[in-house]
Amino acid sequence: MRLAIRQTLSLTKRLLLALWRQPWFVAITLVQPMIWLLLFGALFKKVIDIPGYHGGSYLEFLTPGIVIMSALFSAGWNGMSLIDAIDRGVMDRFLVSPVWRGALIACGVLNVAAVIVIQSLVIVAVAFAAGASFSVLAVLMMLALAVLLGAPIAALSSALALVTRQEESLIGAVQFVVLPATFLSSGLMAANLMPGWIRDVARFNPVNWAVTAARAVASAGTDWGLVGEHAALLAAMLLLCGWLATRALRVYQRAV
Amino acid sequence: MNGSAERSRREGSAVEAEGLVKTYPKGVRALDGVGFAVEAGTVFGLLGPNGAGKSTTVKILTTLTLPDEGRALVAGHDVVREPMRVREAIGVVGQKPGIDPDATGRENLRLQGDLYGLPPRVARARADELLERFRLADAARRIVRTYSGGMQRKLDVALGLVHRPEVLFLDEPTTGLDPEARADMWEEIERLAHAEGVTVLLTTHYLEEADRLASRLAIVDRGRIVAAGTPDELKSGLRGDTLVVELAVSVNGRALDAVGRVEGVREASVDGRVLRARADEGARAVPAVLAALEAAGVPVAAATVARPSLDDVYLRHAGRTFGAAEAEDVRR
Repeated sequence: MRLAIRQTLSLTKRLLLALWRQPWFVAITLVQPMIWLLLFGALFKKVIDIPGYHGGSYLEFLTPGIVIMSALFSAGWNGMSLIDAIDRGVMDRFLVSPVWRGALIACGVLNVAAVIVIQSLVIVAVAFAAGASFSVLAVLMMLALAVLLGAPIAALSSALALVTRQEESLIGAVQFVVLPATFLSSGLMAANLMPGWIRDVARFNPVNWAVTAARAVASAGTDWGLVGEHAALLAAMLLLCGWLATRALRVYQRAV
Repeated sequence: MNGSAERSRREGSAVEAEGLVKTYPKGVRALDGVGFAVEAGTVFGLLGPNGAGKSTTVKILTTLTLPDEGRALVAGHDVVREPMRVREAIGVVGQKPGIDPDATGRENLRLQGDLYGLPPRVARARADELLERFRLADAARRIVRTYSGGMQRKLDVALGLVHRPEVLFLDEPTTGLDPEARADMWEEIERLAHAEGVTVLLTTHYLEEADRLASRLAIVDRGRIVAAGTPDELKSGLRGDTLVVELAVSVNGRALDAVGRVEGVREASVDGRVLRARADEGARAVPAVLAALEAAGVPVAAATVARPSLDDVYLRHAGRTFGAAEAEDVRR
């Protein structure tokens, strides 16, 4: 058990060091959420005047949505590092070692969690600078929910990478899933202003679970029951995706 | 580390494979009943052209993939039933370099130590020791991407040795290296086997590499072992010398008929403009062969006599020259 933890942490350290050595990469991943936040924030400022919209400034409404959406993006790309490792032969070196198989998946998930925390903090800081305000508890809960959504998506991305072993497939899948999943949630628009069918779809959308929970903690009069329920759903999804990813590892081994 | 004590206690085979079969999707039969045994503490060579099934054999023995049929024991453990025990006992240097180019040399080695569960202090000392031994100490803090090809290969081998494995798998260790780096690598492999008693299973498609390094070898062709033994045994299995005659034109039938009638000459074959045959006393057979060819009206460009080489062994057992097998693989 202790060895498995040590193996996981060492593998995570490898990914974090690689990230640390490419600071421009981190910068690029931050540009997009900034654009979303500031551009959408300005573009849809008048949303609050629509009858039926409840809540504070649109920026405060939007920030949890952007935090979750960015987490979704970062987690979706997680499989790229696996494909890179496969192409370089690094994956095979790990597989012929007595490393706990779960560590090979968990390291990517932990790496993504670290990225999401940093990314979310920057987004929240920019939101603050633009005039929004959240309590410390709200910020911490938003980070937790972003990680809770990112972790299963990161595991799913690993599974996809192991099965397809092609960057193109992963890029396609991420592009295909991330934006629709965001628009089919209340990430950018209040749920009661969305068309009915989108609201119905959103109920089964993990992105929406995370967004509504993050928004609930960010606003006054938090419905903790809803937050708990959505967090539990995301945790269940993490277990499922983690299991899928270790299965995918076996598929990969059978294919080589 | 009790590796060496355990090694001396256990006599006999470090690797035993029996009837290994592996078919890939699309019906490609990579292995068709491969079996051999490697004596502990020796260097064993799997020789064959690309695509013969060497790498698939290594993948099965190193637990990277599962055989469809057959059975294999590595360091006394079944590769299918006890993969984790096998993994603890083996070091693998794959055909693709398994090094992480975005990390430093030392980071690569430290991570490897962690994965094999070496205590941190031991892992640190072992990393330094290997950096020193492979003359990489000056580059230890550099990102591996900046290493030369030879340095990367050395680091790759060092990674396979971090946990002092009982059995080391080297899958085409010198492919793509320049002659100087290749000579370096050969010395290192010889040292490993002799000084440290590591059992080495080496795959190669270089005849001279197998000849120089391996104490025993198996020749693999189209997923089967076609011959096995020490390099000398294999070569002395071929009586006499090798005769190679380069013809000025390619006239297979006539040339073969002519040479076949010469006394003391056997196993004649023609491949394009090259005629090969065996003769008990090559030097004496040459004039007779040349005369016979001239009489048959086949002009000759050159003729050579050589002691049997592994290439001849390969021709004998696989029914084609090594070069032809390689070329066929390229076409496939």
